[in-house]
Amino acid sequence: MSEDDEIVQEFLVESHENLDQLDRDLVDLEQQPGSKELLSSIFRTIHTIKGTSGFLAFSNLESLTHVGENLLSRLRDGELTMTPEIASSLLRMVDTVRSLLAVVERTGSDADDSIDVAPVVDAIKACLETPAEEAKAVAKRAPAKRAPARKAPAAAPIAEELPVTDETPAELVELDEQPEPEVHIDAFEVEADAPAAHATAPVPAGAEEHGEGTARRSVADSTVRVDVDLLDTLVRLVGELVLSRNQILQQADAAVQSGADVELARASQRLNLVASELQESIMKTRMQPIGQLWAKFPRVVRDLGAQLGRNVKLEMDGQETELDRTLLEAVKDPLTHLVRNSIDHGIETPEDRVAAGKPEQGTLLLRAFHESGQVVVEIVDDGKGIDPAKIGAVGVKRGLITEDQLVRMEQREILNLIFRPGFSTAEKVTNVSGRGVGMDVVRTNIERIGGTVDLSSRPGDGTTVRVRIPLTLAIIPALVVGELGERYAIPQANLVELVRVEGADLKRDVEDLAGAPLLRLRGHLLPLVGLANALGLSDRSLASSESLTVVVLQADDIRFGMVVGEVHDTQEIVVKPLGRQFKGIGLYAGATVMGDGGVALILDVGGLAARAGVDNSMTRTAEVRTVEDDRTALLLLDLGEGRRAALPLAEVARLEEFESAKIERSGGTEVVQYRDGILPLVRLDRAIGLAPSSETPDPLSVVVHGSGDSLVGIVVDKVLDVVEETVIANNIGARAGVIGSTVVQDRVTDLVDLDAVVASAGGRY
Amino acid sequence: MSTASLTEADQYCTFWADGLYFGVPVSGVQEVLRFQPMSAAPRAPKSVYGLINLRGQIVTAVDLRHRLGLSERPADQSPMNVVVRSRGEVVSLLVDDIGDVIDTDGVAIEAVPPTLPASVRAVVTGVVPLPDTILLVLDGDLAADVLAAG
Repeated sequence: MSEDDEIVQEFLVESHENLDQLDRDLVDLEQQPGSKELLSSIFRTIHTIKGTSGFLAFSNLESLTHVGENLLSRLRDGELTMTPEIASSLLRMVDTVRSLLAVVERTGSDADDSIDVAPVVDAIKACLETPAEEAKAVAKRAPAKRAPARKAPAAAPIAEELPVTDETPAELVELDEQPEPEVHIDAFEVEADAPAAHATAPVPAGAEEHGEGTARRSVADSTVRVDVDLLDTLVRLVGELVLSRNQILQQADAAVQSGADVELARASQRLNLVASELQESIMKTRMQPIGQLWAKFPRVVRDLGAQLGRNVKLEMDGQETELDRTLLEAVKDPLTHLVRNSIDHGIETPEDRVAAGKPEQGTLLLRAFHESGQVVVEIVDDGKGIDPAKIGAVGVKRGLITEDQLVRMEQREILNLIFRPGFSTAEKVTNVSGRGVGMDVVRTNIERIGGTVDLSSRPGDGTTVRVRIPLTLAIIPALVVGELGERYAIPQANLVELVRVEGADLKRDVEDLAGAPLLRLRGHLLPLVGLANALGLSDRSLASSESLTVVVLQADDIRFGMVVGEVHDTQEIVVKPLGRQFKGIGLYAGATVMGDGGVALILDVGGLAARAGVDNSMTRTAEVRTVEDDRTALLLLDLGEGRRAALPLAEVARLEEFESAKIERSGGTEVVQYRDGILPLVRLDRAIGLAPSSETPDPLSVVVHGSGDSLVGIVVDKVLDVVEETVIANNIGARAGVIGSTVVQDRVTDLVDLDAVVASAGGRY
Repeated sequence: MSTASLTEADQYCTFWADGLYFGVPVSGVQEVLRFQPMSAAPRAPKSVYGLINLRGQIVTAVDLRHRLGLSERPADQSPMNVVVRSRGEVVSLLVDDIGDVIDTDGVAIEAVPPTLPASVRAVVTGVVPLPDTILLVLDGDLAADVLAAG
């Protein structure tokens, strides 16, 4: 009994593999209806399934594959030619075979009422019953036409020199008409007897197939099916081995330093090498070409194209690009969704394409390649593209962004709105996509495995979606940092650079803006997050430190600086899961064991940024700063009672706070002692002609303006924010000390005329 | 308390926490360890005391005193580990001291007195009145269920 089960199990595994190949072949066959290789390959597959199902007494399966086989043999023998109807009925047969196999897997028998084989069988029989005469005519025509046509182009130049060539077409025709098994032998004989013919004439179909056949056989001989669980166990064990090796290396180093024997050092070095190589090889066993995943796309594209009335050609590039099988599994659904989306929303109907001056057939290109330790998968279509204006309008309509935000957004950012939850632009909901639940799920799923997804598009020309995924998840390079005696690992993929700020640089480059520390880094403002603060271990102010070690991190569009206590080193770490008690914290991606046996938590950089309140908008302004020249960074000030003012950030030297008790008077001017000097103060509200604020905050917020000896402190109620604005000033509200006003964050804001304000202070000074 | 859970085990691995005598069915206990070095787990639930490297496996250490709402362990006292298998994971319960494996020999488990604090009743499934002391039967799964909110 159990032996039977085993046979059935093997049959299922084998058949599933074959069916995937079959799907591909059938779709290809539609493109090249005459291809003998494809027909033979399909025939072989069905024949195998038929044979085994007969042996295992799966009668439904057998009767279905039997008629399918008949149809295929007549196609192969040229008695019938491929038509869309035949292709559809064959695909239908494959689908039915697949569902029957599923039933077999579930119940151990193929008798199931839910699947009716009869209509499919009838459809195939109908195809078989094409008028005999027509079939004959086809049969006569086909070989006669095909053989010379195949011979002519490539063989022409050398043909004259070779007497053998004359015979080749005849043999070819014969070959074509041979039943499958003989083809192998005959082709082989032809090859052996007339090597010249083989070398110069175009390779006969049979011979080519024979070549494939041997290749397949040798591959079959050199590979072994291994249980995936076993592989996973191996990967886990190698992980342990790597950790043990790290520990031994450390011990050995220490021992050698204290003068112990050299043999130990040598042995540990060997262990090091072997372990590294073993790790690499084992990781390779889990790598699979992405082509395996793509194999089902030709069928998806064909079916969807037919359903939606699109004519789509699928091209693939880089099928051999490998990635970890767990990742492969994880990106399967997102990639499928993206492909469906491209066809549904991207590629136009043939009529529209022609009207737009494009070829009738749309092209969908899947491209995969390695780039800096990641796998990049691109889905490129030459469809209608995405109109940012339309996306923006929908974004506003759906309440995802405000009009104001939209104006400030870059085109790329607007396009990427489609990955936000609750976004769908499909004018009519199709059953393919357009329910507004797809793209955000795509993004979530890809981000879950540490990947990113990004979209670019040129209206009219097409869309490119770029998905980046890590190569593997089990062992990753990471930077180990220390904070308050504990160690934390930061995935290298998130790491941008390390910066150390101390002394005068610290005073100059680090600003504490209303409690939010910022680092000026090569002209950008980088929000700073203290690791200890984010972890709730400390609430010390970063700006008040003596020196800062900043790890610049990037997660998606978010870039920020994390201040850490110390930086240890980079090393390969084995990612281990955390217990259920850690669910929902969102700060950790797992944990790992260090060389000394201690545990280090792996930081989830995206989660950390979210926890620390660093979101897109903040870094967006930081990014914009570099590219948009017509924008000005403004320091936004609160003057009490909802009145707002702004002044150019470039004019701000420092932000300070003084207790009101520290204020002294010199003549009619308020001053404070500041950096061994005297800082004159000017109350901004009064200087720009507003009534003094009724609120009297203590300490006072002071914006220091000027340089060297000519510093002036501008007293405000509160520093609100730094914003990046294209200042569209108007002279509404213009008066002494105010140039005009503009709208910032939906609020009318006075633009401060700094010179006038300073002059007013100086006048009284 | 369901009767099913009251009669399931006879042998208990016992330990003390804040003067109370607890037991978990031996079938659920993987091992018992002396004090282990631990890494802190910032922002984890308060009852999570840290992380232990148990032969390469990362194990969450749950402080039983905190979990049960008992008083804090004196700083100079190192906790011991009762490592239990729970819902497919391995979790270490930090206790004050380890007792023997005892056989209750058919002494019936009784319902938890309703006067015990709710935080204790939440993870204790019954009590066994032994001749010289009272054993509180702890549910390892419930004890290890610490949510981020806790």
